[in-house]
Amino acid sequence: MAETPIPLEVRNITKRFGDTEVLKGLSLQARKSDVITLIGASGSGKSTFLRCMNLLEQPDDGELIVHGEPIRFKQTRHGREPADWNQVVAMRAKLSMVFQSFNLWAHMTLLENVIEAPVHVLGKSKKQAVEHARQLLERVGLAARADYYPAQLSGGQQQRGAIARALAMDPEVMLFDEPTSALDPELVGDVLKVIRALAEEGRTMILVTHEMAFARDVSTQVVYLHEGQVEEAGPPAQVLGNPRSERLKRFLAPKH
Amino acid sequence: MINLHGYGPRLLEGALVTIELSVLSLILAIFLGLLTASAKMSRSWLLHRLGTLYTTIIRGVPDLVLMMLLFFGGQIGINMFTDWLYDQFNVDIFINVNEFVAGVLTIGLIFGAYMGETFRGAFLAVDSGQIEAGRAYGMSQWLVFRRIRFPLMMRHALPGLSNNWMVLLKTTALVSIIGLSDMVRVAAEASKATREPFTFMIIVAIIYLLIASVSEWGFARLQKRYDVGYAESD
Repeated sequence: MAETPIPLEVRNITKRFGDTEVLKGLSLQARKSDVITLIGASGSGKSTFLRCMNLLEQPDDGELIVHGEPIRFKQTRHGREPADWNQVVAMRAKLSMVFQSFNLWAHMTLLENVIEAPVHVLGKSKKQAVEHARQLLERVGLAARADYYPAQLSGGQQQRGAIARALAMDPEVMLFDEPTSALDPELVGDVLKVIRALAEEGRTMILVTHEMAFARDVSTQVVYLHEGQVEEAGPPAQVLGNPRSERLKRFLAPKH
Repeated sequence: MINLHGYGPRLLEGALVTIELSVLSLILAIFLGLLTASAKMSRSWLLHRLGTLYTTIIRGVPDLVLMMLLFFGGQIGINMFTDWLYDQFNVDIFINVNEFVAGVLTIGLIFGAYMGETFRGAFLAVDSGQIEAGRAYGMSQWLVFRRIRFPLMMRHALPGLSNNWMVLLKTTALVSIIGLSDMVRVAAEASKATREPFTFMIIVAIIYLLIASVSEWGFARLQKRYDVGYAESD
């Protein structure tokens, strides 16, 4: 029986900014329906790691395999770069990213935001894309806001809209880069509720987050990063409930 | 009623020449401006240098000098080239620099440099998160440019662009010195012949003002279009 390819696998990713090595050989495997949470102090490299997965940052070394297809790289005088940008573009269409600062396109309505990539990247018909988009907006509780511009929405609404935009791509893997960090506390709950529902329906997701209680509830695996290395990783009950590393214990201890 | 001494139709033709010249120069300038802005923002050392060289030369030399340099100097250069062709290959051709084409090329070239700076500033004003979102959703570089970078950039570029256009429009008056019958040249001829400079110059002034007002209205509409999605106060 043919095995279904693993949605996303990264091996030995390294990345330096100038003289600082921010990622020191990180690997990760996201199997179907995995929900992997990356935690760690700021500067631990978790966001950079996530951004390397869809090549918004170029890793200096390491492998990236999306749905069984290794991304090809070449050396240039600017460092290592993808050998074939068409391959990268196709790969990115399989991974949807949700950003900390939402990054909904400001000159498009919410509905236009959601149909933009399906129509122009995936080549869906506009009618089909609009239909799908309306269902997704309904799902994230924004059906009535379809024709609003991002500037007319609250942060929480924008982020839920951004999640609808991500879902519209029918992604293999969803990447969340601190999706609630830019939100007012009272708006965090609605966004987490949407993400939790996605986890429950078996979506493959990788999240960078500071919401520990949430990580414990939804994750299949938690990875604690420290200075660009994996300090501890495993099921949430173990990593968050019974950490071995002293550093992780301190990191998880309630702040005074 | 004002007596135009029969110069009316020629003035109108001259006004048409002014408009055609301005619009074609603007199109060339926008094209060159986008190229220049891209070159200056490129990480290629050579392109960056070339872009800087272009804007420095153009912005540092008076328009009138550039125009004469390109028109008269250009003709001499072409003549030298065709002479050389004749000597070397016995190819006998004669190319005459057309005033209209020379005018469009010169004005386009001059304003391409100003547009380059306008566009560069506007591109830099676009929030990088907007571009990143496009890339993250599998858009090619061209698609990101067309759907995201360009429309968002235009919002910032339009005030400068409309300013450049107004200056460009008035700069076209310079082509009368290279012999192109724009409305200024027609008016100057008419003034001399009739000894009524006021009559003709005031008409020319009014026509310029009219074109400028119409374009101002057009630019306001464009601005409104590209401001879509941004709060009124912003």
